[in-house]
Amino acid sequence: MAVFESDPVLSESDPVLKVVDLAKDYPITRGILFRKQIGTVSAVDGISFELPRAQTLAIVGESGCGKSTVGRLLVGLERPTRGSVFVDGVDLATLSPKALLAKRRDIQIVLQDPYTSLDPRSTVRKIIGEPFDIHPSALPKGKTKKAMVGELMDRVGLNPEFANRYPHQFSGGQRQRIGIARALALRPKIIIADEPVSALDVSIQAQVMNLLMDLRDDFGLSYVFVSHDLSVVRQIADRVLVMYLGRLAEIGSEPQIFEHSTHPYTQALLSAVPVPDPQHQRERESITLGGDLPSPAAPPSACRFHTRCWKAQEICSIETPLPRQLLGEGHLVACHFAEERSMIGTAAGGGDQAQRREP
Amino acid sequence: MSRAVRKTAGAEGWTGPLLSVEDLNVQFKTRDGLVRAVNGVSFELNAGETIAILGESGSGKSVTAQAVMGILDMPPASIPKGSIRLKGRELVGLSEKDYREIRGTQIAMIFQDALSSLNPVISVGEQIAEMYRLHDGLSRSDAKTAAIDVMQRVRIPAAAQRFGDYPHQFSGGMRQRIMIAMMISQRPQLLIADEPTTALDVTVQAQVMELLAELQRDSDMGLILITHDLGVVADVAQRITVMYAGRTMEQGTVDEIYDQPANPYTIGLLESIPKLAETVERLPAIRGLPPNLLQVPPGCPFHPRCPLAQDVCRRDPRPPLETVSEGHVSSCWFAKEVHARGGLRV
Repeated sequence: MAVFESDPVLSESDPVLKVVDLAKDYPITRGILFRKQIGTVSAVDGISFELPRAQTLAIVGESGCGKSTVGRLLVGLERPTRGSVFVDGVDLATLSPKALLAKRRDIQIVLQDPYTSLDPRSTVRKIIGEPFDIHPSALPKGKTKKAMVGELMDRVGLNPEFANRYPHQFSGGQRQRIGIARALALRPKIIIADEPVSALDVSIQAQVMNLLMDLRDDFGLSYVFVSHDLSVVRQIADRVLVMYLGRLAEIGSEPQIFEHSTHPYTQALLSAVPVPDPQHQRERESITLGGDLPSPAAPPSACRFHTRCWKAQEICSIETPLPRQLLGEGHLVACHFAEERSMIGTAAGGGDQAQRREP
Repeated sequence: MSRAVRKTAGAEGWTGPLLSVEDLNVQFKTRDGLVRAVNGVSFELNAGETIAILGESGSGKSVTAQAVMGILDMPPASIPKGSIRLKGRELVGLSEKDYREIRGTQIAMIFQDALSSLNPVISVGEQIAEMYRLHDGLSRSDAKTAAIDVMQRVRIPAAAQRFGDYPHQFSGGMRQRIMIAMMISQRPQLLIADEPTTALDVTVQAQVMELLAELQRDSDMGLILITHDLGVVADVAQRITVMYAGRTMEQGTVDEIYDQPANPYTIGLLESIPKLAETVERLPAIRGLPPNLLQVPPGCPFHPRCPLAQDVCRRDPRPPLETVSEGHVSSCWFAKEVHARGGLRV
């Protein structure tokens, strides 16, 4: 993979975020007084992707696949063991602490659980205004913090009069709006959204998703959207990265992944999504994977999916499949036996024509 | 107590429904006032049948299940009105001692979070074997054999070796299997599953649902599925009750509810969930928030959020359950019109 030039020239077509060979190992230790390392968990191993401006890249996979860790690495909540993160062409690892702090303004995060991610003893005004305490320069000239908080609350659909209330006085959906307002405060370029609608009620989920899509269009935001829910991902994502046990299984555009998936794991995931249509549900083909996700502390050899894969042959436990292009441009799959298979009955009109089949 | 005795605890030769819930009302006394969590809910379940109770948080779906299971804390909870009959036997007002005979052996329940339902310091095998020792009076070694047997039935790999493992050593899906094993060990006639797969990954979700369906087919057990997920119930349940603010909004067969819903709330729910097979510009979201159960709006509880609401909806009385086709009822003044439009708005 090409390495970025040291002197980046910014243009609209350059990706706002570029991740190259990102990896994170966690030590497994034993003993309390004399700690010694007895192994490592490789939570993320060699993830690379590009996020174009004003687009959404979704990272999907089962719990424990490392998708949230990728999000935490991107906002700097964890330090990568290996690999680089470029924001607007600048490698974050090369920045001085001061420059890094300034750069961090560009990447903000919205967390899954609106019940535990907001300080219960702070008012909403304090929670949403706090980013300005850390980055005073982010406050537009001539505007007070109070006025900015009011504007932000209004923008995410909260009544600014409630700024003096505490998080527990709001419902789950409203709390998630508070989290979104806080993330928006510094006018970031990128928002990492880690399962932002998973804890919400069905009728509230759609409201928050619509808000996220509106904000993306209004502010030209780019999202890294971490989720286990493929139906939600389909609505919001432009590109989709499927992870399995820390590694990339498949990456491609939304139509490439949903209409022309080629990795057996992607296909199994798609076939397992419950569809609210009894007729369709009874008739559709389903792949039930055997067993559970293996422990990331002792991942299977070579292709990590081979222990649950119905296509697995001897080679899968010997040789690691590298991501390769099988069908369209930008559609990479890491599987020796990748093969296109349509897993979801497409609605009339079906998928985009984005996918051109090439031999 | 031997199994033979227990079998006759219900009425011998009973031919009616396995469970019938009629006009169930549950309320809670709280510091802020009286919360009417369940208001006049009725449904029936036959042996070998699966029904789903669908609703968002605060809809009263779990409280309904807890009332059937007899695990509500009374007080603060009370059942001012209504009846719950298992094979004709009234359960409302039953003494705790009598209920204990029924729970586990005739009605069993599994919960969303299997880890907190299992004892963390006793091996899972022991916990399952305990059911056989307590309820069936089996000896220690017979109970162990029976426990390994049932662990195999729910397809826990290497069951005999894993007998001595503790709950934290199992994955979420395996823990849910262990819960299921414990519950079916007593061959209950009725199993209540409260969000059994919500905490699980989709691939594991499918395995667990398949297991439940299979066990049910084999044993002629009645199954009540409590869920917020419209997708999970679509291919397992035969009939669905949709609840909102403690009330039945709509009830019918699964095909009727999904293909030709007769209640604007059901339609709103079906439309607002993202679909796997298509993409849309904007999701048609239901506006507003579910009501606070201390201040449920007068008239139809859904009217502040309903796109069809008229004056009649904003006033009491609440709309009664109207029959729109055989076995399909909806609580909406415009149920017939909504139904006749063939379901979805567009």
